[in-house]
Amino acid sequence: MTNVLVVAEHVEGRIRKSTLNVLAAGQEVARRVGGQVRVAVLGRGAALAAHELAAYGEGVLLADAPGLEHYLAEAYAPVVARLAKEAGAAWVAGAATAFGKDLLPRVAALLDAACATDVLAFGGEGAAVTFRRPMWAGNVVAEVELATATRCFTVRPTEFPAAEKRAGGAVTPVEATVDVAALRTRFLSFREVKSERPELTEARVVVAGGRGTKGDFKVIEQLADALGGAVGASRAAVDSGWAPNDWQVGQTGKIVAPELYVAAGISGAMQHVAGMKSAKVIVAINKDPEAPIFQVADYGLVADLFQAIPALARMAQGGK
Amino acid sequence: MAIKLLVTCKRVEDPESKISVKPDGTGIVTEGVNYKMNPFDEIAVEEAIRLKERHGGEVVVVTIGTEKAVNELRAALAMGADRGVHVSHAGPLDPVVVSAILAKVAEQEKPDLVLLGKQSIDDDQNQAGQYLAARLGVGQATFVSKEASLESEAEQKKVPGVVLSEDGRTVTVVREIDGGVETLGLRLPAVVTVDLRLNKPRFASLPNIMKAKKKEVREVPAASLGVDLTPRVLVKGYAEPPKRKGGVTLPDVAALYEKLHVEAKVL
Ligand SMILES: Cc1cc2nc3c(=O)[nH]c(=O)nc-3n(C[C@H](O)[C@H](O)[C@H](O)COP(=O)(O)OP(=O)(O)OC[C@H]3O[C@@H](n4cnc5c(N)ncnc54)[C@H](O)[C@@H]3O)c2cc1C
Ligand SMILES: Nc1ncnc2c1ncn2[C@@H]1O[C@H](COP(=O)(O)O)[C@@H](O)[C@H]1O
Repeated sequence: MTNVLVVAEHVEGRIRKSTLNVLAAGQEVARRVGGQVRVAVLGRGAALAAHELAAYGEGVLLADAPGLEHYLAEAYAPVVARLAKEAGAAWVAGAATAFGKDLLPRVAALLDAACATDVLAFGGEGAAVTFRRPMWAGNVVAEVELATATRCFTVRPTEFPAAEKRAGGAVTPVEATVDVAALRTRFLSFREVKSERPELTEARVVVAGGRGTKGDFKVIEQLADALGGAVGASRAAVDSGWAPNDWQVGQTGKIVAPELYVAAGISGAMQHVAGMKSAKVIVAINKDPEAPIFQVADYGLVADLFQAIPALARMAQGGK
Repeated sequence: MAIKLLVTCKRVEDPESKISVKPDGTGIVTEGVNYKMNPFDEIAVEEAIRLKERHGGEVVVVTIGTEKAVNELRAALAMGADRGVHVSHAGPLDPVVVSAILAKVAEQEKPDLVLLGKQSIDDDQNQAGQYLAARLGVGQATFVSKEASLESEAEQKKVPGVVLSEDGRTVTVVREIDGGVETLGLRLPAVVTVDLRLNKPRFASLPNIMKAKKKEVREVPAASLGVDLTPRVLVKGYAEPPKRKGGVTLPDVAALYEKLHVEAKVL
């Protein structure tokens, strides 16, 4: 009973990138505890995703049954819990995405397991494996041990490499039944927020605006587009209705780690910094030389963003 | 169609306070730190009060912690909750224990809907609601928000984002998830955890703060509930993460571009 079950996440038949990060994390735990990795793929018509995952060399368990069309924690958790038992898994892993954060604690409850969320790194060997995870908006990193026979965890995708392709994987379909009539949760609709830009959490460049934009995100979007990047926002900008919810970066928004993060008109509250401090290069553009954002920025510019951002966009496009 | 609501409020470090780790790594420095209700819980309390204002019913608030946590119950009562339950407990807590205690309180109170914050801003666990829903065998909706902005007319009018059906048997909620916005229907009883954009919590007026002092708070020792209070999430040590060093301040956009292009090679 030392195997690791990794719960995969897929959208329209394709594996989400973050699943490959959890897979790498799961492989690391398997090495530390001397077990094997199994991957659980759930969903109606998820065979394509399961086969895509098998290319990464692990055994993939495919549960495809009525009742699993739309993800619902209530329907998915018992299936994952059962697969964990059948796979001899003492460790169950997911990504710290909306899906994983919703699902894994419910799975843990069904397995009498404790759960570590938003894991950044592991320590120790065997049953004494520890999890490093952020607390207090990332101001503190705690090392935690889970004192239960089965342990669940979610990992922060930006902290782990993507698993690599290897031979040896195979897909095994497994029986799964969901008592659809007994479900107390019903999926009603999903409104996709479509964008031509790269996904915020996967973009190479993120240009983010805050209250300093005074509601005008045009310049922010223009620079993002000039650099082929995604647009981010502070909570202040999102709460004011200037930017859609899923642009929010921070403790309670998206965690990003791009090569370049440009924060314009953002003061640098710790809850915002918690979501972007792993960026390789941080640029801050702010009128106030005392703004805390300058303490985390590699390059700071004390300037009016409405002048500086368009100028930077022009230079980046070669119109120097 | 009255609705009975059970809402959690946890006492946590004020998010405005500076948090640092004790030199010996056994915890955080608490001197000079202010405490208040978890910000997500304030949103949960606000939502419960709006539902009660619209449909009638009762809002019961619950906290688990030392005597000090009663302050947070009083804060919720001053916002408009009807009565409080203080589960007294002094030791460390984790989501396994918290959810087991809340399940007992829910068995006693029999709420139609339990509202929690999506996460505590101290431990940042984001788990208690999901565990509780599993323990109660009911549906869950986490990260519940609403589509209308916090500047919208609906928000000015304090319209609840959680929509109770005519027959009072289900709620419809909107969740913020990756890639879009999902709408779920939940048969009551159910568990909902709330996100920041669901509402703007009200401030308690002075008369209401006075009235709150007279509202009922029932104390229940955690040890009397028959749940295993042994923590299963054991913190071995606390550390401060590597700090990013502030870099250079540049005189103008051209110098910034030069740095990004030549030195950092990101443009
Ligand atoms: C529980 C909790 C969770 C939170 N989660 C998040 C989160 O996930 N993400 C997040 O971002 N915040 C979060 N916050 C909010 C956070 O504490 C801050 O309030 C927020 O980040 C501030 O946004 P801001 O920097 O845009 O606004 P402000 O702090 O108001 O800063 C605006 C900045 O713009 C500058 N400025 C103004 N005009 C110009 C101009 N023309 N050119 C250049 N600069 C200009 C000003 O000098 C100022 O520094 C959270 C708070 C709490 C309590
Ligand atoms: N000690 C506690 N007392 C009351 N509510 C709590 C307590 N701990 C957690 N909660 C509730 O559970 C939610 C999620 O917490 P967590 O899973 O710890 O991040 C919080 O927002 C609170 O509403």
